[in-house]
Amino acid sequence: MTAPEPQAVGKMTRRRALKVTAASAALPLVHIRSGRAAGKLSIAFWDHWVPAGNAAMQKQVDAWAAKNHVEVQADFITSNGQKNILTIAAEHQARTGHDVQTFPTWEVHNNADLIEPIDDVMKRLMDKYGQVNQVCEYLAKVNGKWLAVPTSSGTQYKGPCGRISVLKEKAGLDVVSMYPARAEHTAASDAWTWDAHYKAAEACAKAGIPFAIGLGQTSDSVDFAGTLFRAHGAELVDKDGNVTVKSDKVRAVLEYAQKLVKVLPDDAVSYDDASNNRALISGKSALIWNPPSAWAVAKRDAPQVAADCWTFPAPTGPEGRFLPYLPYFWGVWSFSQNKTAGKELIEALMQREPVEQRCTEVSGYDVPPFTTMLDFKIWSEVEPPKGTVYNYPIRPFHKASAHIAAMPAPPEIAVQIYNRGTMPTMLAKLKSGQSIDQVISWASDELEGFAR
Amino acid sequence: MADGTSVPIDVIAPGQVRARRNTMQRFAQRRSTTGFFLCLPLILLIAAFVIYPAFYAIYLSMLNKKMTAFVGLGNFQFLLKRHTFQLVIFQSCLFAVTSVVLKAVIGFILAHLMHNIPGKNQRIWRGLLLVPWVIPLALSTLTWWWMFDPSYSAFNWVLNQFGIDNVPWLGVGWTARFCTIAVNVWYGTPFFMIMYLAALKSVPEQLYEAAAIDGANTIQKLFFVTLPMMRNIIAITVLFSLIVTFADFDIVRILTAGGPQDMTHVFATYAFQIGIQSGDIPLGAADSLFMFPILAFAAFFVLRGVTRRTKEIAA
Repeated sequence: MTAPEPQAVGKMTRRRALKVTAASAALPLVHIRSGRAAGKLSIAFWDHWVPAGNAAMQKQVDAWAAKNHVEVQADFITSNGQKNILTIAAEHQARTGHDVQTFPTWEVHNNADLIEPIDDVMKRLMDKYGQVNQVCEYLAKVNGKWLAVPTSSGTQYKGPCGRISVLKEKAGLDVVSMYPARAEHTAASDAWTWDAHYKAAEACAKAGIPFAIGLGQTSDSVDFAGTLFRAHGAELVDKDGNVTVKSDKVRAVLEYAQKLVKVLPDDAVSYDDASNNRALISGKSALIWNPPSAWAVAKRDAPQVAADCWTFPAPTGPEGRFLPYLPYFWGVWSFSQNKTAGKELIEALMQREPVEQRCTEVSGYDVPPFTTMLDFKIWSEVEPPKGTVYNYPIRPFHKASAHIAAMPAPPEIAVQIYNRGTMPTMLAKLKSGQSIDQVISWASDELEGFAR
Repeated sequence: MADGTSVPIDVIAPGQVRARRNTMQRFAQRRSTTGFFLCLPLILLIAAFVIYPAFYAIYLSMLNKKMTAFVGLGNFQFLLKRHTFQLVIFQSCLFAVTSVVLKAVIGFILAHLMHNIPGKNQRIWRGLLLVPWVIPLALSTLTWWWMFDPSYSAFNWVLNQFGIDNVPWLGVGWTARFCTIAVNVWYGTPFFMIMYLAALKSVPEQLYEAAAIDGANTIQKLFFVTLPMMRNIIAITVLFSLIVTFADFDIVRILTAGGPQDMTHVFATYAFQIGIQSGDIPLGAADSLFMFPILAFAAFFVLRGVTRRTKEIAA
């Protein structure tokens, strides 16, 4: 060994400066899991419709950041104009951006190649809080691995929300007795079938206050059509990717729909996700399919309408009772520089206490994915009228299942069926006077294209 | 040295130094060099935000859905076979051509009316008529959307006052198509008007006087003096507007999102739906690139015409 040159000792040589610089640059790449996670973390949350939702989330994130000595940057990205999906697409292409991202419905599958598996977190959460529903598994479990954690923030059911007095007077439907605000199964709820739904829609339409159900291509229209098809067992594409639109069950659901569309508003085909809300709030509609956001706006802008609203489960069909369900997920990008901290934050935010706190702040809008969390007090307490959203989350005595339109088709096909609004477009074509054969033929051509 | 720079003696011969300096000076003094450096920031911006994305889009359009394999022109072939995409081609052409023709005609009429308003009043009217073009498009389209709204439409309210039933403006295919075109015409006409007005003002008054001496009436002056003198401006304006209208996204996205039943989709909105919303970015890129050959074809013929006429005038 040669002794170091005297002048090099204690002096900054070029070689040493390079080593120090390289080591400093590499530091942020290393994150050692410990009781005290460290470093920086950026997370993109969904910008909540309810203003209090963001504040509650920020407060919880700040508390976690302070406790764990992590510098967290939380951004709230709106889904208006699908800015959240654009951001996800941009981050996926650029392979840089937030460490943790909020993925709506299909986006986990769309970005699966760049999302870090999160089985460890899901296992701990499920061990503690029980299973999640099958829609969550369908959307976030890819090749047997959980890629994202289903979150409560923004996750919603879209069951019927009806006017108590109008449904009772015009259609003889007492929804409060049918689904009271207590854990009780009633005989009347068994009679809440799709045929009963049609009869009520027909009676209300005759009375000039129709069911405001959209046949457009946006989410509310798609979710309604999806649950209608599922309740009749009508699949457009099966789980193996085979186009199954030319089936008796599809024909049966279209025969039902042919009657239903005639009693829907004339402008139903141009509905967007706000049209049904406006129809309810303005007092022009007897029933819509929506989360309680429409009721919440009515509470502010039309209190007499809000006091007359009741949210309850979907009707039952030949194959069962299915409720439209749209979950959001939190996932960690594989290019994240601080994956461990990201996972730790997700796990912390999905504990029962913070989930309930956030749910309370948004008046029960957010639905937790874990079945054991569907007993929060907020759904009993919200008013007017008291108990109006008690039946908003699926409860065991509802005998209902969560569903997303196009399930169980392979997600890469289902996402196209969903986003292209294939099912509501089929109904819209019926409304425009096309025959069932024409509609099936059109759908068959479209679906073959999706399965490329 | 006079310019203050120093050169080591004996390294380069004095003659060589003079020659090199002269070459450098000549290069730096050339107007084209100055022009190039002045344009450089813009060239870099165009390279970064136009040329690179364009080539990247071409690259993307040749990948499979998962972006893991090269499929050549497979995405284009696939799209052409789809009934919905054939509808998109038809709708895009209908939307762009009808809008541009209407904008050109209305803009031409407005420009003439404006040209004949004297002095100060002309400035006021010009300012007022430019308002649609100045308001951010997304904002003004939202206002139109509210006026077409199925339940609370201002137009329907007016119709109701006369005992006429509601019209589902955005709910029926051809009506929705009409609405998207109408909004585009409302927005784009001021651009044509201002361009044509500028062209009208540059037509020498002597030509009209000469035509009048020859006994030409108003119509003859329009066809044999005004139009020939405006041909280049008309061609450039139409081409520019055709490009912008073909690439329109805001109006259709806000008014109908492509509905009802895909009957108002244009290339851009359809590309967004399949590329971003449905997670098929290569197919979305292929869809958006369909505009390119159509516009390149139009640009070639329009610009060739402009060049020919410019040469004729110069000769």
